[in-house]
Amino acid sequence: MSEKVLMKGNEAVAESAIRAGCRHFFGYPITPQTEVAAYFAKRMPKIGGTYLQAESEIAAINMVLGAGGSGARAMTSSSSPGISLKTEGISYICGSDVPCVIMNIERGGPGLGGIQPSQSDYFQATKAPGHGDLHVIVLAPSGVQEMADITYNAFDLAEKYRMPCLILGDGILGQMMEPVELPEPKEISAEDKPWAACGHENKREHNIINSLYLDPAELEQKVRARYERYAEIEKNEVRFEEYKTDDADIIITAFGATSRVAKSAINTAREMGIKAGLVRPITLWPFPKEILAKLADRVKAFLSVEMNMGQMVDDVKLAVNGKKPVYFFGRTGGIVPTAEEIVAELEKINGGAAK
Amino acid sequence: MINTSIIIAGFGGQGILFTGKVLAYAGMVDGINVSHLPSYGPEMRGGTANCTVCLCDEPVASPLVTRPDMIIVMNQPSYDKFKGSVKKGGKIFLDSSLISEYSEVEGVETFAIPATELARDKELNGLANMIMLGKVLKETGIFGVPEIEAGLKKAVPEKKAHLIPSNISAVELGMSL
Repeated sequence: MSEKVLMKGNEAVAESAIRAGCRHFFGYPITPQTEVAAYFAKRMPKIGGTYLQAESEIAAINMVLGAGGSGARAMTSSSSPGISLKTEGISYICGSDVPCVIMNIERGGPGLGGIQPSQSDYFQATKAPGHGDLHVIVLAPSGVQEMADITYNAFDLAEKYRMPCLILGDGILGQMMEPVELPEPKEISAEDKPWAACGHENKREHNIINSLYLDPAELEQKVRARYERYAEIEKNEVRFEEYKTDDADIIITAFGATSRVAKSAINTAREMGIKAGLVRPITLWPFPKEILAKLADRVKAFLSVEMNMGQMVDDVKLAVNGKKPVYFFGRTGGIVPTAEEIVAELEKINGGAAK
Repeated sequence: MINTSIIIAGFGGQGILFTGKVLAYAGMVDGINVSHLPSYGPEMRGGTANCTVCLCDEPVASPLVTRPDMIIVMNQPSYDKFKGSVKKGGKIFLDSSLISEYSEVEGVETFAIPATELARDKELNGLANMIMLGKVLKETGIFGVPEIEAGLKKAVPEKKAHLIPSNISAVELGMSL
């Protein structure tokens, strides 16, 4: 590993993608993720890569489909409204079984909303990142080091399962600086991908990258095969962090930057005698259901803390399956919940249903 | 043991974010955990800028701080905005050249430093931020000059390395106050 450097989350993602062998970035500027594009713009020409500012987000995601289809490691990034524009292309990429990495540094919505941090695209990311029966792997880092590590691995995951990996961050993670140890650079060859449309020189059958299947039986078979892969992912790729759950009475569920605030709140609550702990999903899809189901047998209550009006809390409720009460606390519109607010919620739960 | 959070605030162009970066780098070089969270958005153009720096032996839990241990404020709007947020037992460092209306806050120590005037008089133009930082070092002991110098070397790009000695002079001036 290399020496530690202080970097913004957005820059760490870009450098880490380059080190993972990504040589094609297509984007369109939007706050608060513009540093990603700026970093690629500076670095890609120096290493024989492509940085291209497309005419729109829709163009950028379709360029990712093209580059990914040829076997290259390709990436795009945006923020909430820009991701909405990309959803058509994301669906096509899923329907074409093309790997790629997409990052969403969320801002407040709906509509153009604001530019301050938010997590209100959880539903979009985990339930419907595009039309049709599909999933994308959704990864939620909570610090700059994890942004670098997750990006580095996202390309491998995307290629292993031939589908998009979506990194779901927020304005805090994109903008803040923390020390980071960057991963070792690696070279990637498209020739290792027998499915890639990268030139056959009359030596093999040509590969077709396509998402149009007019025969319903064929389309159903394609979708079912994809869902078998999704089942593999749900079995193999679930990731989460537990923090002080061993003796906890109340489990907070929180992801991304919010989980950091939750940790501060847990430490304060414990000084007050409230035994709180945290389960932080690192993969939002596949969602860490089993650990929550297991904890539901032991703890008294759950509290989902999010920067939205209550989205992940639905998945927590499904996992807990009515065994214990599941509460919600959130702020939205670009406002970050404070540790004090979370402690107040914990006090309410501790004094009420959970006592 | 160190576990401290600092909000640095002032006008865009006063080196607010840079001061935070120097502190964060100094901590990193010193082997402790650090985070640097800037404000971002339209308010940075000609308006106020601020950043939050956390320095901690343990991994930094929340990089977003609503009750800082200290604030370094370099204009009136920033003082007005953040003076009430400082923890009991905390410290306020203010640039009295630019902040005329201030008063003691109960349970909080206030240090008024005419940093901008000092920078002008001592031919340390644009280095009021480093004078403020010097005073912070003196009153808190979080770092010595060697750590700050190491932090500066990391924070400053190579082609601007010739500015490091004047930055150090400004820090030393602040420490002498």
